[in-house]
Amino acid sequence: MIDIEKEAARIAEQGESAPRLARDPVNQPMINNWLEAIGDEHPGYTEVAPPAMVQVWTMAGLHGQRTLDDPLGAMMTILDEAGYTSVVATNSDQTYHRYLKVGEHLSVTTSLEDVTGPKKTGLGEGWFVTTRSTWWVGDEAVAEMRFRVLKFKPARKPEPKPETPRAQAIRPSVNRDTEYFWEGTRLGELRIQRCGGCGLLRHPPGPMCPECGATKPKYLVSEGYGVVYSYVVHHHPQVPGRQTPFVIALVELDEGVRMLGELDGEPSIGRRVEVVFTKVDDELTMPSWRPRADR
Amino acid sequence: MRIGDSLPEWHVEATPTFVISTALATRDFQDVHHDRDLAVQRGSKDIFINILTTTGLVQRYVTDWAGPEALVRQVNIKLGAPCFAYDTLKFFGQVVGREQQDLTIEVVGRTAHGDHVTGTVKIEVPA
Repeated sequence: MIDIEKEAARIAEQGESAPRLARDPVNQPMINNWLEAIGDEHPGYTEVAPPAMVQVWTMAGLHGQRTLDDPLGAMMTILDEAGYTSVVATNSDQTYHRYLKVGEHLSVTTSLEDVTGPKKTGLGEGWFVTTRSTWWVGDEAVAEMRFRVLKFKPARKPEPKPETPRAQAIRPSVNRDTEYFWEGTRLGELRIQRCGGCGLLRHPPGPMCPECGATKPKYLVSEGYGVVYSYVVHHHPQVPGRQTPFVIALVELDEGVRMLGELDGEPSIGRRVEVVFTKVDDELTMPSWRPRADR
Repeated sequence: MRIGDSLPEWHVEATPTFVISTALATRDFQDVHHDRDLAVQRGSKDIFINILTTTGLVQRYVTDWAGPEALVRQVNIKLGAPCFAYDTLKFFGQVVGREQQDLTIEVVGRTAHGDHVTGTVKIEVPA
């Protein structure tokens, strides 16, 4: 049994690795390749390199071998032996003390800062390994990085996805205040509550008018057109009777009130939509939205 | 450029060519960034963007907005969901701190699978 914490302490005690020289000095062709690939059209990188390239200069390369005193390499070997065979980078915190000029030749030193674990993660049980690197031009420190990787045991098998139970769609709770609405959808009518006193339109329904206080609401039947006022795309958690992701849109009806409902189609704010009625059973018909073809 | 200012949303189409050309331009030759067969064998859905590229994209997002006179002082990022080939990576950002010429910008890059990257960038802008 390998004592990972003891090994980590031993490696950390060794301190910084010896400076490792970059293959090439900072140079324009590599800068240009990087700019082209990233698509960065910043005009300033003609004599200086993009700061975010700092790590590129000292990458080990296609046939790169880790040096013997490289603490990250040593820690990876120990964790490999302990069965934590996979690796994924999780954090990179880079500080640039100054921009690097074409022609400057970088070297890098690295020390082991921290090893914590074992932790249960989404990928499997693993250890977080944090190193600190410093880039040098001669004896001037020009940039620094804290870098964290997760070294983990891949979960045996991808867990079989629990079969989503074929569930009934959630049903609205119908009460005295909302009964007229669901009665309407059964008839293919989108009804908006209208105050019997002052005529104010309101939605969602309620027993009393917030304007005049009257408690005898009526309704009018909407044309069924509106625009998307806002929306969410629901990914998680699973909802009975629904396939995720689905879109819930808040639609501002032409009559002025806003109403929630599922939107079948690509959502965008301001999009014209119209109501659709879907019969679930004799009792329930659900209204939802679809984009209007003519606008 | 004030606290609360938003950066314009920016979309990156992570085509296989993009994933591979950026991996090679950052001298990262790990097979999961250029060889789909091996990436799938190792349990990934496809090849995915490497961390040096994510750092570069975050830097570009901020400098595209701040202009070429801005100096980048720090890029701190935390990685979440991988950004696979064929994903669209959507960037959002906001200024969260300003002290004279030093700005702190919070950035998030999302794919359909969730947050690929969250981070902060510190820049210095001309007076």
